Amino acid sequence: MTRRHKLTLARILAALALLVAAELAPLEGIWKLLLFLVPYFLVGGDVLWRSVINICHGQVFDENFLMSVATVGAMATGEYAEGVAVMLFYQVGELFQSVAVGKSRRSIAALMDIRPEYANVLRDGETLEVAPEDVLVGETIVLKPGERVPLDCVVTSGAGSIDTAAITGESAPRDVAVGDELVSGSINLSAVLEARVKSVYAESAVARILELVENSSERKAKTENFITKFARWYTPAVVFAALALALIPPLALGEPWMKWVHRALVFLVVSCPCALVISVPLSFFGGIGGASRRGILVKGSNYLEALSKVRAVVFDKTGTLTQGSFKVRALREAGGFRSEELLSLAAGAEAWSTHPIARAIVAAAGPAAQAREDAAPAQVEELAGLGVRAQVDGRTVLAGNARLMASEGIEVPETEEGGAVVHVACDGVYAGAILIADEPKPDAKDAVARLRAQGKRTVMLTGDRKASARAVAEELGVDDFMSDLMPQDKVAALEKLMDETPGGVAFVGDGINDAPVLTRADVGLAMGALGSDAAIEAADLVLMDDKPSRVPEAVAIARRTMTIVRENIVFALAVKLAILILGALGYANMWLAVFADVGVAVLAILNALRAMNTKKVAG
Amino acid sequence: MKKIFRLKDLDCANCAAKMERHIRKLDGVNDASVNFLTQKMTVDAEDARFEEIMDEVVRLCRKVEPDCVIVR
Repeated sequence: MTRRHKLTLARILAALALLVAAELAPLEGIWKLLLFLVPYFLVGGDVLWRSVINICHGQVFDENFLMSVATVGAMATGEYAEGVAVMLFYQVGELFQSVAVGKSRRSIAALMDIRPEYANVLRDGETLEVAPEDVLVGETIVLKPGERVPLDCVVTSGAGSIDTAAITGESAPRDVAVGDELVSGSINLSAVLEARVKSVYAESAVARILELVENSSERKAKTENFITKFARWYTPAVVFAALALALIPPLALGEPWMKWVHRALVFLVVSCPCALVISVPLSFFGGIGGASRRGILVKGSNYLEALSKVRAVVFDKTGTLTQGSFKVRALREAGGFRSEELLSLAAGAEAWSTHPIARAIVAAAGPAAQAREDAAPAQVEELAGLGVRAQVDGRTVLAGNARLMASEGIEVPETEEGGAVVHVACDGVYAGAILIADEPKPDAKDAVARLRAQGKRTVMLTGDRKASARAVAEELGVDDFMSDLMPQDKVAALEKLMDETPGGVAFVGDGINDAPVLTRADVGLAMGALGSDAAIEAADLVLMDDKPSRVPEAVAIARRTMTIVRENIVFALAVKLAILILGALGYANMWLAVFADVGVAVLAILNALRAMNTKKVAG
Repeated sequence: MKKIFRLKDLDCANCAAKMERHIRKLDGVNDASVNFLTQKMTVDAEDARFEEIMDEVVRLCRKVEPDCVIVR
């Protein structure tokens, strides 16, 4: 509570005491009114004053004015206690609302408290504490344990562990050593590190995240725009309805004036659309803030809304669902060779090659083969476009494609599996084949399964051949795949899917060469893309790390946020409508109305705050 | 020119929406937004008359929400 809040609270309590005293005082007529006017002006003086000022400014449908009319009306109809009490409750409600909004503003600010305050920069052998904005690219900064990494940098000395949770949402600390990159905003946990600055503060991860999230409320969701429009019409409509209610029954039916004026005053009390106007954007902002805590940056609430609606999620394969690096998938030994023998022969032949497939085979063969690298090279002959011929432990080993085997007159069985195949022969005898594939990311299968459980169709796009694409698609369990796509074909493939899918299509890519596809999709998600300006520009959501499981997480957060938004809209409108109907029929008095009005606003704000808590959703 | 201002004591979300609507209608203002949650106002207006336009903006905001102060 701020000082202003405390002052209001004191005024409310004093007015309450005076109200009780006035109610109990044995006075009649004008004296009684005067006695009630003391707490009335004490608690509602500012409201009355503001309404006078606002009328001078031509602001008729302002809530201060409406509350003033309602309470003055109550006093005029002889309901002194009610007039004071309504003003009192209104102020209590406003106080609650203000405290709740202040609290939510602070918790959202805390959520995004990743801004580094200073950097320890090493200049002329001295460590200086300066603002992160004043550090230049290439300077060396010192990171002490417990400090926030102020700028994106590369470790130049020391080793330790880093907590990147605030940036990537990854809760396990990451070990770093010389040569590793550090993302600004993460926290150095254990040791003193020195690092070379890679980019100025304005271009650092932290500055980008803050800019993205702070600007996100400018891109408003359809629901938000609807509420703003609705609010513009709601208040005048209710005020005119109140006027009609006060005038028509007495004039047309000869009903008593007092009764209907009093009912009309109930209308004025519920005419402020504040609950809706506050809670809907607050829910979206909470959702966006909470998502950023999980390493999911959302560029606007409209994208959160769109993501909750999409019916299909399209993935680019390489680098998104798969690692983008090769790995041995399977061994097909033949001719009496054992599988370990096959691998070790191939690794022996490929030990000196730098080709990614060769590296994958050597890595799979384990330390024994890796040790061979350090030994003096044996006789190795690289056969361009075919493979290698090498002497391994006194035997002649051939490793390469089917054409190499054919040129040596070695017969090769058909392999139906996808991916790259390395055939191996030893002293002229076929030893088997090694199947190489781009390894799926560990959580890719789970991510696809979760998206399917969320009712999304999953599609994989790839430039790979059909057989290879099918193998990956089946392993991951995606509903569909499109293969043999050149980068420029991907937009057309996506457009075809968008035509088939009425609810919208989300596209997930790494943003390196698929920026046009990201832009074209209803919602574009760029993965692990903080380094690439093009990807951030093109994408609507940016996933800070490269885990596909962040996609179903983002969908879950989007859906939950939308549920909370809908709850708030339905709840607030239902209560207001109920009060309007009860008020018109004479069942709701002003006390109930003011309780309902401010109560709904406070409850809606508290509900909106739930959107911020994304831990539960992510699981 | 686009400038961001901090708003103090912006307590009513409806007023924020009203301010935004009125500021956008001002002559010389290309775009404006009032963010109730971050308590920030972004005004994009003609360079030459920026200060003059801002005076008008301040006057407008005082009309809509007398308690709210624009930190310039």
